[in-house]
Amino acid sequence: MKSSGTIYKKSPLQVLCYVFLSIWAMSTIYPILWVIQNSFKAKDRILADSFALPLGDLFTTANYRKAFSNLDIAGAYKNSLFISGVVCVTVVLLAGMAAYAFSRYHFKGVGILYSLVVASMMFPVYATIIPVYSMETAWGITNTKSWILTMLSVILPQIAGNLAFAIIVLTGYIKGLPIELEEAAYMEGCSAFGIFFRVIMPLTKPSFATVAIFSFLWSYNDLFTQMFFLRRPEMRAITRLLNELTSQEGTNYGLMAAAVTLVVVPVIIVYIFLQKYIIKGMTAGAIKG
Amino acid sequence: MGANIYRNKKPAIVFLVPAFLFMAVYLYYPFLQNVFNSFQEIKILGGRGSGLTDPWYGNYVKMATDPIIRTALKNTLLMIAATLVGQVGIAIVLAIMVDNIRIGKTFYRTVFFFPIVVSATALGLLFNLIFLYDKGMLNQILEKFGKTTLTDWKGEGIALLTMMIPVVWQYVGFYFVILVTGLNNIDDSLYEAAYIDGASTWQKIRYISLPLIRNVICTCCVLGVTGALKVFDLPWTMFPKGMPLKSTFLTGTYMYYQTMEAKNVDYGSAIAVFIVVLGIVLSQVVNRIFRQKEDWEA
Repeated sequence: MKSSGTIYKKSPLQVLCYVFLSIWAMSTIYPILWVIQNSFKAKDRILADSFALPLGDLFTTANYRKAFSNLDIAGAYKNSLFISGVVCVTVVLLAGMAAYAFSRYHFKGVGILYSLVVASMMFPVYATIIPVYSMETAWGITNTKSWILTMLSVILPQIAGNLAFAIIVLTGYIKGLPIELEEAAYMEGCSAFGIFFRVIMPLTKPSFATVAIFSFLWSYNDLFTQMFFLRRPEMRAITRLLNELTSQEGTNYGLMAAAVTLVVVPVIIVYIFLQKYIIKGMTAGAIKG
Repeated sequence: MGANIYRNKKPAIVFLVPAFLFMAVYLYYPFLQNVFNSFQEIKILGGRGSGLTDPWYGNYVKMATDPIIRTALKNTLLMIAATLVGQVGIAIVLAIMVDNIRIGKTFYRTVFFFPIVVSATALGLLFNLIFLYDKGMLNQILEKFGKTTLTDWKGEGIALLTMMIPVVWQYVGFYFVILVTGLNNIDDSLYEAAYIDGASTWQKIRYISLPLIRNVICTCCVLGVTGALKVFDLPWTMFPKGMPLKSTFLTGTYMYYQTMEAKNVDYGSAIAVFIVVLGIVLSQVVNRIFRQKEDWEA
């Protein structure tokens, strides 16, 4: 019949809605624009008038030149992308397999195993980090000069931290798939592994994408684990680098604005292109279906 | 028929073992070890304990008498209250408003959600610049409105508020998206019936929208409580080491401080145990409050 749109007539109330929504939208957009425009100004000019656009003699790229010469931004990006990339791929693969088993196999104890997964969502990272650190120290992968081992010391706990959420979300999706396709594949002589890689994974590509994006972003933004394991300057990932910057150059506002811009802008660009998947991925755990 | 494929259970083991191996080594074992650690004497991160504390529950005695953990607990509870009222509250208002408009829904959703994608550390730096004492954005705005003195947003008294505003602000969009999805699931025919009966917009919200998304609101509240207990990046970037005068610690940042800065690893473990207990108790409380309400109306 009619869509809900026709029921709400144009009214002062609707205008009020637009005003309020736009005010909140301003509060999320403007601070970023503000920091971007100030990253192109000299430090003292920011303090004089931070609302002026960086035009004419206000404009300078000195902050960026300083950022690139003082901070190893490229290195930090490389570390961040490597860590988050490995975390994301491993989580998707392992969680996908576990979710497949949970949705299709019925055996004794499967319920208990699944509640173990749900329970591990309740473990905050605070409650596991110290023993994890001791364990990895005993293995010799913390505090070493080896780049790959240091990266591994962050990657492994982050994988574990993301698995439970990913399993729960993916189990929901795989359960909803019609079993007929798997039967057909089975008739053709496909093994369970073949079914997983050739039927399940291609069919659930969008949900695997949402989980992948979630794990990637979570890992990319996770400061706490990085604070424990990435102590050497050359090993720092992006968030760790930013944290270091605040304590060392806390008063160089131009440099801070440039650093924030360099970290935030790539994320915004990726977000604009993938926002549908990102929003779905980040809220998937809360919304059933 | 379908069961035929999955009658052979052996592949299930291969599918489950890698994930569970990870969780056993990195979650279950450390979790138990951490409880054990909280009764041990440990001064070096990564080192072994030098025996039980004296008495064995010594760290918990210390916690009971530590005035800073009391501040941290108070701040955390305030943070939870701010999350529930601020994040979920603002999100409900925004979600209902978006549900009432026609053009621009996707735009608002994209814009509101975006702060969640940005790392909290970067936002911490950004808000440091906004709240800067010597002519940060906020003090410059106030100056334009004719205020002559500068406000020290990180000073005593107001520091806690300064810390909570960005945390609340960042996650409003998250609950907003969840609530909008809930509102979209409401059957249009209900609104049509109300329209024919001449219900006002307010009545439609009060008697259709809000009651039908109560479960979604409950989910948001539970997520808000557990989320507030996990907050670390923003407070630590803006107010490292609980400054000023250790008055802005949260349970999470205090746990980090004790472990990494004060080198009381065992005490840090005990605080972590406390955080877990707090999380379980509080999410139970939230769940119960909302369930009871449901019973009354049923």
